[in-house]
Amino acid sequence: MAGGPAAGGGASSSTFAGIRHWLLLPSWLVIGFFLLLPVLLMLVYSFLTKDFRGGVIWEFSLAAYDQFIFDRGLFGDEPPTIEWIYIQIFWRSIWQALLATILCLVIGFPTAYFIATRPQNTRMLWLFLITVPYWVNLLIRTVSMKFLIRDNGPLNEWFLAAGLLDSPIRMINTDFAVQLGLFYSYLPFMVLPIYASVERYNFALSEAAADLYADRWTALRLVVIPAVSPGIIAGCILVFVPSLGAFLAPDLLGGAKNFMIGSLIEEQFKGNAGNWPFGAAASMILLTMVLIVLMIYARQQARGEREGR
Amino acid sequence: MRKFLKLGAAALALTMVSGGMAQAQEKLSIYHWFEYIPQELLDKFSEETGIEVTMDTFDSNEAMLANLKAGSLGSYDVAVPGDYMVEIMINEGMLDTFESSELSNFGNIQPQWVDVPFDPGRKHSIPYQWGSTSFSVNRDDFGGDINTTSILFDPPADLQGKINMLDSQGEVLTMASLHLGIPQCSQDREQLKALDELLQGAKPHWASFNSDGAKDVLVSGDAAVGMIWNGFSAKARAEGANIEYAYPKEGYLVWMDNVVLLKDAPNRANALKFMDFLLEPENAAAVTNYARYTAGVNGVDEFLDPELKTSPEQSPPADAPAGVFVAVCDEATQSVYDSIWTRLKK
Amino acid sequence: MAAKAHDIRRYPAFLWITLLCLFVLYGPLIIVMIYSFNDSVSITRWGGFSLRWYEDVFFGPEAAKFKAAAWNSLSIAVMAATSATMIATCAAIAMIRGGSFRGKSMTFALISLPLMVPEIVTAVATLIFFSAISFTRGYFSIVMAHIVFCIPFAYLPISARLQGIEATYEQAAQDLYASRSQAFWQVLMPLMMPGIISGFLLAFIISLDDFIITNFVKGAGIETLPTAIFGSVKQGIKPNIMALSTLMLMVSIFFVTVSYFAGKSGAKTER
Repeated sequence: MAGGPAAGGGASSSTFAGIRHWLLLPSWLVIGFFLLLPVLLMLVYSFLTKDFRGGVIWEFSLAAYDQFIFDRGLFGDEPPTIEWIYIQIFWRSIWQALLATILCLVIGFPTAYFIATRPQNTRMLWLFLITVPYWVNLLIRTVSMKFLIRDNGPLNEWFLAAGLLDSPIRMINTDFAVQLGLFYSYLPFMVLPIYASVERYNFALSEAAADLYADRWTALRLVVIPAVSPGIIAGCILVFVPSLGAFLAPDLLGGAKNFMIGSLIEEQFKGNAGNWPFGAAASMILLTMVLIVLMIYARQQARGEREGR
Repeated sequence: MRKFLKLGAAALALTMVSGGMAQAQEKLSIYHWFEYIPQELLDKFSEETGIEVTMDTFDSNEAMLANLKAGSLGSYDVAVPGDYMVEIMINEGMLDTFESSELSNFGNIQPQWVDVPFDPGRKHSIPYQWGSTSFSVNRDDFGGDINTTSILFDPPADLQGKINMLDSQGEVLTMASLHLGIPQCSQDREQLKALDELLQGAKPHWASFNSDGAKDVLVSGDAAVGMIWNGFSAKARAEGANIEYAYPKEGYLVWMDNVVLLKDAPNRANALKFMDFLLEPENAAAVTNYARYTAGVNGVDEFLDPELKTSPEQSPPADAPAGVFVAVCDEATQSVYDSIWTRLKK
Repeated sequence: MAAKAHDIRRYPAFLWITLLCLFVLYGPLIIVMIYSFNDSVSITRWGGFSLRWYEDVFFGPEAAKFKAAAWNSLSIAVMAATSATMIATCAAIAMIRGGSFRGKSMTFALISLPLMVPEIVTAVATLIFFSAISFTRGYFSIVMAHIVFCIPFAYLPISARLQGIEATYEQAAQDLYASRSQAFWQVLMPLMMPGIISGFLLAFIISLDDFIITNFVKGAGIETLPTAIFGSVKQGIKPNIMALSTLMLMVSIFFVTVSYFAGKSGAKTER
């Protein structure tokens, strides 16, 4: 992404060095006060005692994390066993996000490659066509998808009318619907970075491969894909991370029955559960997972840069 | 370019000023169930009093309580909780009190709804509507006997996987207790375990938990059985769903929703005006005609839609048992019910 | 290009995948657009062409709610995008033209923090924060939350643009006895303007689009378009929601098309 700390701005460009702290003050204050501080507060809340339906009592407690990990039976007095449910919810979210990422990659890579190999004048138009839906409100896109695939929705009606189906296929309220929704939400995030990589790719390399009797698919596998892998990785992260905490797709397309991380957290604050410390703990766990993914990515990128990729 | 920034600053100032100016007008802020009051009635109230009304909606008593406790208390004037939730909110100290003399229409309340157990003497609340909670079955999908809670908790093969439940802890757990024939707020471990097992066993047969979509899933055919409130079911039937509302022999729920005066209400006087307005028979009848439940106010009959009198959702068969109110348990017992619900939802 | 080079670059199957991709992207939107003109109350049966649902959006029983929500959405987006753009512009100048300093990478991490933290986590943290300081949530809390997550979106295009401008411009101006502020307002600012405008537009759209965070931090009686639509949609997709969606779709497409062609002509004049 543009504007890394090390990128740009050589030693000569320090025209505003004298007042830089004043210039940075607003962003420090706003983000520090309204995001960093709240996140730290959330960490504190995850160690407090829950109040009856919403809110907290200011007493230290590990109950939230305990609830996440251990099952102590209905009355809370049985010997603790490992609680699989929340691990399953997290695993399901990771799995769903992974499948959505793979779906995005399988469709997004050929699309990005195709666009990047168009002549200059039509390339922008293709790119424009891919990005337009992204500008349309995410909620509206999700609702459109819900409308399209419901049991009595247009898709099923057409298939029935065309005689392709005997009875409507159930798509809404399934895991597939959630993956489809995530795919639909974040596809452009996959296409754009891959496009940027392929555009910079030197096709002389493919030609050299062809001269060495590689066929097209071998060239793609052994030459093109490794060369554009930074774009592929960036795209996968840009799809995977927001998919992990997605709320709209599971709620509207998944029927709110199969919890994912996002809906599990929402339920603690807005729904019936009203368990704030647990919601804060689940949020912390999600945040930690995302930061680990991003850190691995940043490490690899730094290594790639050192190796002069 | 300085012009650009100035323009931005001016726009900023303008929006802030206009936001501030709007506050000068008399206001009323309502926290209400979704699809429960006709917009025309709110407009009528604004016209009569000059008070600007804003309304947010919720889809379960528990969600309302959670949101109010999350810092929204002090920004709403009135809310519309169900009977047991009124009692909980009184216990939590979330409601303000008023004298019956502050409402000129207080005398319109039907006598049986004045000295109610959840708010004896009506010091915090007035009746809004009352009705029942049961379930409706699509008659295109199922022809058999529906007047049993087995339809929800032990469904016949035809209906498995096509059931929508209300996303409402109090109502679902009480309905399940009725199915098992165990008392509410039970402290008997075996009974509670049986309740937990019943729900865990029934969950695979349920397609979704959805309160605000409870009508739509029946109308659109996404569900063949829907746990639902009687008036909402009547509306679903009016919108073309071929459904029948069940009166299970094991029992079903009755409830009364109430307009309560919230603590720290920013516009207490306007809130009382609104409550008085709702006790006017004509206005109470307008709500009933819209929501298809029953008002707790005298003198509404002449304003009611004649269809309501013969509505099957309002006329239980002679052999149906009486409905049951959701009970409020003490905190220790409640926490077990809470964990049954959490285990069910996760 | 040689025929062989053509051969190795092209994968005919990719065209079909691209078309499939466009089909999936546009299919649902087009369907909703078509059905928004449906005369029938039942949303899936076609009952002839009609504009009644558009009339319903503007004059129906829910018109007042949608109008208020639209006004909230727009005013919040203008305020949030304007503030975020100003903050991001200052930050970009300090980061790109401020030389190297201690804590520079920490500052960059802080600025990109809103991008890294999942939306639902930001929403929860902000809710907890406002509740802990007993701040009554309302219009102001939405604006503040939006400013925060708009900052990195405004920052990225502005800093990218600034990196492309050589420092020699301001230095030349200062050599010619322009004061630092003159060099800034008369030389650097005009050059940065395309970046600032696209940063503003990006922030504006992102603010308009937001649902999750707004849903958590909104206060009594305040809805934005996404939260109002979500509230309606939870009860079932109604034709008037499809009409409203189509209208919002048109507005978005109008905005993107304008910025696309503006960007295109801007790029041409520069070259």
